[in-house]
Amino acid sequence: MSSYDLLIVGIGGQGTILASNIIGEACLLEGVPIKGVETHGMAQRGGSVESHVRIGGTFGPLISPGGADLMIALDLMEAVRYRHYLKPEGRIIVNDHTVVPTSVFMQKLPMPARDDLVAALEGHPVTLVDAAGLAAEAGNLIVQNVVMLGAAAPSLPLKAESLEEAVTRLVPQKFLDLNLRAFALGREAGRS
Amino acid sequence: MVKQYLLGNEAIAHACIEAGIDFASGYPGTPSSEVIDTLRAQKKREFYIEWSVNEKVALENALAASWCGQRSMVTMKHVGLNVAADPLMTSAYTGAKGGFVILSADDPYAHSSQNEQDTRRYAHFAKLPCMNPSSVQEAHDMMKDAFALSEKVGLPVLFRPTTRVCHSKGDVDLGEVSEEHRTGVFEKDPKQYVVIPAHTRALHKKLNEKQPMVRKAVMDLGYNTAEVRGETAVVASGIAASYVQEVIPDGVSFMKVGCFPIDGAWMEKFVQQHKKVLVVEEGAPVVEERLRQLACGVEVFGQMNGAVPMEGELSPAAVAASMVKAGILKESPFQSPAPAEGLPPRPPILCAGCGHRATFYAMKRVFPDGIFPSDIGCYTLGLQLGTVDTTICMGASVTVGSGIANSGEKRPVVATIGDSTFLHTGIQGLINAVYNGADMTLVILDNRITAMTGHQPNPNTGETAMGEASVPISLETICRACGASFVETVDPYDLTATLEALKAAKARKGTKVVIARQACVITARRAGVRRAHFRVDPETCTACGACLRFGCPALGKDAEGKANINELCSGCGVCAEICPAGAIVKEGRK
Ligand SMILES: Cc1ncc(C[n+]2csc(CCOP(=O)(O)OP(=O)(O)O)c2C)c(N)n1
Ligand code: SF4
Ligand code: SF4
Repeated sequence: MSSYDLLIVGIGGQGTILASNIIGEACLLEGVPIKGVETHGMAQRGGSVESHVRIGGTFGPLISPGGADLMIALDLMEAVRYRHYLKPEGRIIVNDHTVVPTSVFMQKLPMPARDDLVAALEGHPVTLVDAAGLAAEAGNLIVQNVVMLGAAAPSLPLKAESLEEAVTRLVPQKFLDLNLRAFALGREAGRS
Repeated sequence: MVKQYLLGNEAIAHACIEAGIDFASGYPGTPSSEVIDTLRAQKKREFYIEWSVNEKVALENALAASWCGQRSMVTMKHVGLNVAADPLMTSAYTGAKGGFVILSADDPYAHSSQNEQDTRRYAHFAKLPCMNPSSVQEAHDMMKDAFALSEKVGLPVLFRPTTRVCHSKGDVDLGEVSEEHRTGVFEKDPKQYVVIPAHTRALHKKLNEKQPMVRKAVMDLGYNTAEVRGETAVVASGIAASYVQEVIPDGVSFMKVGCFPIDGAWMEKFVQQHKKVLVVEEGAPVVEERLRQLACGVEVFGQMNGAVPMEGELSPAAVAASMVKAGILKESPFQSPAPAEGLPPRPPILCAGCGHRATFYAMKRVFPDGIFPSDIGCYTLGLQLGTVDTTICMGASVTVGSGIANSGEKRPVVATIGDSTFLHTGIQGLINAVYNGADMTLVILDNRITAMTGHQPNPNTGETAMGEASVPISLETICRACGASFVETVDPYDLTATLEALKAAKARKGTKVVIARQACVITARRAGVRRAHFRVDPETCTACGACLRFGCPALGKDAEGKANINELCSGCGVCAEICPAGAIVKEGRK
């Protein structure tokens, strides 16, 4: 039995862990086995982070390069950094924004232009999402991770209702409406 | 039974509660820290829990609770076991009474560590049983059994999860929380607990005589399994077993070693039924060495003949590659697409407004030719700022500093150490430096918390692991009592004062201490501290780049090279002090 393998990438602090928890909870709701692994500890301090999620997974938690069905990238440059994890036909749901790493200023490194980053994803089905714009529309920039999860929802082998129920279970009551709005807006963007 | 989606360490913590744990201690260390963090976050808690000052202290505390009949556990990362090795080795002689588990989490690939040592070596060295889970579910189940195993054999049990188990997540079947608890009662028994030579010789003999019984008890748990399916076999331990199961071809036998010591007769019988065996494990070739002793005539592949990598971590693709080398697979089912090249790296960096960055900046200004031994913590990231010249292990900043200072090296030595690390193993080094007349400066980077491992409290925080207020301690008083000739405390956000204190230290002889005190940005934010952001006035900015070299992630520049500040700014104000043009101002001011 093979699993549906999803990689969530971004920068420490962007909320990749919440996104993977929501998917995990949705799997529990649907009775689908799940395995995953994520970055903790030192690397989290503003560094590049990756979260592996294997929906239907019964073996180890690691996705192999060339094996992922889908990638959710909270940062455009991180999508390029982890692109080789995707299957040739693997789909990319990516935030159309990148944070310039401090190494660019400290070590005077060239920063790739936005269009070059987008071009580097060519060959895969790509959905670019204006996460900040949609999060602002939902009411707060902190829900960009949930916007991105919403945008991935139509591609995931899970029911949107299960994901919504998982959001309800995992986010604090006072932020629930905000998160559900973010999820719905993201889902809309992911459909187009 | 309920199913939950949990982090490996959360599942391990839940297993402790199911086993009715009475006493837990530990010192934080990735990837082990969430076990105690999960236990201390429990609302209903009928057990004692502490963050100790270091691993030796933590192990001794938990051992004593076990002697008093309590079910106890101590947690640490693998290198912490080096610090606790002294009591570990002899605790095998004295034995345990209440179930006693020593969790030492290994970190193959050194994701967050200074080396890749293997805890299973310590188990062999100390003659103790060891459990090596292959998945989150197994980590849970083994931990629950570990307490009973310890009671059955009367020994501490080592528990060795690895990063990819601790920080894995999965759907886990959980059991009921136990209501059973024990109150500690110490029964005097000098022959058991006073290891004078006459007693210890007898205790060592007893430990050796126990070994066959230990091997049997370990086998009876059922975590060591074998299935003969053909003439070739793969033997795996730990997380590698999950990777093997993903790629093993039909008709190839499989043996999984979950618990140690290995029953030689069991393994020998399996090996002798095969022509060829591949051994796959992360860390040291512990299983492989044992297997080779039993494998006469059978062809063996593993780390020792290059079929399996000797360092780093494994993955399904790495295991498939080993199977190809051993001739078990014709070709790997995995492609290896090339990663993109030429992207600027995004390593972890100190947070925007971290006080450590400001202190490092001042150090470089005052000691342009300084030698900077450092230590382990968030501040090790000062490597990128050129102010970390050495790190080996916790506490080794001040000792490497005094060694360099007393070696005849003429340049000034300025060592840095975090508050948690100073209390862990730094104080002895400071006493030694003072005692032996080292001419150096020690800067204590006091952010009042153990930040790097996830913001655990320490004696300097003013709060215990249980969330109760603790008796305050004074770093200044400790340093003066050690005999330091100069002790001054500064706020690193006050750049002028920090520069002055460092200059004053530079002007003096002897062992000097500067305490740079400013709360970690993350804990300050959680405590409700809000500072106004700073912004750059583009009219005044000359695009000189001085602020950008400071390296704060909130600072960037526009197409003309003029600086700007993003929403990460935490309002420390240090860049405003650095800017020669006075272009950086507090939000809301002109
Ligand atoms: C023997 C040992 N135990 C634990 C660790 C894990 N560890 C690394 S740094 C650190 C403490 C950091 O705290 P502190 O010195 O206060 O520095 P901060 O991260 O707060 O800047 C710990 C526990 C280790 N590397 N070695
Ligand atoms: S977590 Fe705290 S100590 Fe660590 S880099 Fe951030 S501000 Fe500095
Ligand atoms: S005030 Fe300056 S140095 Fe401090 S956090 Fe903001 S941008 Fe960074």
